[in-house]
Amino acid sequence: MWAAVGLLVIFVGTIVLTAANDAVHPPSHIETVDPAALADSPEYGNPAVAVRPDGSVVVSVVTQMYSFSPDPIVVPANRPVTFRITSSDVMHGFEVVGTNANAMAIPGYVSQFTVTFKRSGEYIVGCNEYCGILHHNMVGKLIVREESR
Amino acid sequence: MTGRYVLAGTHIGVSVAAFGVASALGLLQALSLADIHFPHRSESLYYTSMTAHGVLMALVFTTFFIMGLGYVLAQENLGRISGQAIAWLAFWLSVVGSVAAATTILRGQSTVLYTFYPPLKAHPLFYIGATLLVIGSWIWGGVMIASYRSWRGDHPGEPIPLPIHGMLATIIIWYLATVGLAIEVLAMLIPWSLGWMKTVDPLLARTYFWWFGHPLVYFWLIPAYVLWYTVLPKVAGGKLFSDSLGRVVFVMFVLLSVPVGFHHQFEDPGISAGWKLAHTVLTYSVVYPSLVTAFTIIASLEVAGRMKGAQGLFNWIGRLPWSDPFFASVALAMIAFIFGGFGGAINAAYAMNAMVHNTAWIQGHFHVTLGTTVAMTFMGATYWLLPRISGRDLRMTGLARIQPYLWFAGMLLFSTSYHIAGLRGLPRRIFSASLTGDYRQWHGLSVVAAVGAVLLFTSALSYVTVVVATWLAGRRIQAPAFEFASSLRPPVASIWDRFDLWTSVAVVLIIAAYAYPIVRLIAHHRYGSPPYQPF
Repeated sequence: MWAAVGLLVIFVGTIVLTAANDAVHPPSHIETVDPAALADSPEYGNPAVAVRPDGSVVVSVVTQMYSFSPDPIVVPANRPVTFRITSSDVMHGFEVVGTNANAMAIPGYVSQFTVTFKRSGEYIVGCNEYCGILHHNMVGKLIVREESR
Repeated sequence: MTGRYVLAGTHIGVSVAAFGVASALGLLQALSLADIHFPHRSESLYYTSMTAHGVLMALVFTTFFIMGLGYVLAQENLGRISGQAIAWLAFWLSVVGSVAAATTILRGQSTVLYTFYPPLKAHPLFYIGATLLVIGSWIWGGVMIASYRSWRGDHPGEPIPLPIHGMLATIIIWYLATVGLAIEVLAMLIPWSLGWMKTVDPLLARTYFWWFGHPLVYFWLIPAYVLWYTVLPKVAGGKLFSDSLGRVVFVMFVLLSVPVGFHHQFEDPGISAGWKLAHTVLTYSVVYPSLVTAFTIIASLEVAGRMKGAQGLFNWIGRLPWSDPFFASVALAMIAFIFGGFGGAINAAYAMNAMVHNTAWIQGHFHVTLGTTVAMTFMGATYWLLPRISGRDLRMTGLARIQPYLWFAGMLLFSTSYHIAGLRGLPRRIFSASLTGDYRQWHGLSVVAAVGAVLLFTSALSYVTVVVATWLAGRRIQAPAFEFASSLRPPVASIWDRFDLWTSVAVVLIIAAYAYPIVRLIAHHRYGSPPYQPF
């Protein structure tokens, strides 16, 4: 009985400690956007990779049946990249294969998370939430480039 | 069939039929995903059959089996089923609802998968049919509770028979869970699918869905645990190690099953990290009763082996009846749950969840839990139930003995492959593991999974064959008595029988876990979505 309690305390302890010390958090951003008016939105009308004045990289992504925009997404290696993802129709998934960049794209909401890609190269971006008859064809590309100094 | 078991037997018959059809559809999906060609393979067939497979397995097979099992347990442990006529009404509501929903799926009008996330829109009859099935199960719960109350009137002060204690816990969890589903379907999806509402908020609907969706797994699992606690030790030739631990476990599930839904929504926007963490802590708490169950059941089996004369540290394992189809099926189900349980603990940690969320890992995970632990327990229990309710000897016992091992072997290939493919990023619920045709890195694993699916289908076919053969052509015998395990110490009435108290605590926990995040979401300025039917 006590072994079971100990095991669970270790599990939960690991999660709470990493949350507190290393800021390991799930996406938790609350921001809404009109899915019917994305074309008129300054951010999502022409979604792209932007470098903000402070040097941070922000990628705005619109998911729709059955593609991602922009595609390909080109980002620098070894720099925090913040993704801001929404959908113009049904729910989709945004998963950079082989990484922990993985979030739901929900119409009406912005999913925001920040990751740093350490390895340069080409990654597959897959939709991992069923979105219709060509769900499996919804594939994009993410290119991580070493920055020239 | 003996007169008083017609009600239970009819439910189990529907359940087995749904299982058989769903298994065949499952095979088609695994072949399709592995890019193995067969006649009529198409995207449309794949996503249609995936919807039908999920609905038939997760909702129809399980619900009808649990209702049938509940009636048997009430008949045997309470000596009564109060309200037979109402029970039949519930049965027909459930059948009509299931048939209506299945028809719209097979006609291609409801290819929304069993999670039916809006703004994908199904035919209104899909939602209405599912509602009728749930209403049928609510009435079943009412009949079970009425039977218990009537028994209580005749037996004041006695401890609740343990099988009924577990079923009452199941019913309370079901009522608490389906509140979320009822809000989603009645207040949002049905009016929206009929065109009375222009838009719905997909995130809010999804939140209500997972309020229901996670406790749904305990609605399946606790009846399986009831069989582990109260029947398995008897079949193994021993005694239950502790009756009171069983009661503690069932009560803990009543408290903790529901307020954990956000662990399905870690990668969603709109819910803050703090609330996700709160649900995470509760999720790990609900692992505790399962760990206690593992301990209690294994101890009970050791008692059985030792009662048969085993002496050494481990040779009691060899003394267990491994060729009995019920025992083999349930024992293998328990072994599978070791993997399933630890896989679940991985999913519940959000740093690791980000790696596996909505990948093939997830279908690997729920096939080793629902698809093995629960399904094998129910299949094994069918072999135990059938002679007792039909008065017919089990036919093709050789096939019945092999069938559990075949399922276990098939699932080992199927589930392990998908777990690995998921870790390597293969998205979930896809027609082809090569995606657009260009990506071959998951092909090998998906073929191994397809081989597993062939074994699984063979096993399912064997199971259905044994059931049908016994039902139609089994030798008529004097039906064996239903016997339940006694415990090492006699049961005592205690605070763990006070379901009124525990239900109140559970309601408080649910309100604490859900009220604030939902109110905050509703108070935010939101945009709804119109319906889409891209299938």
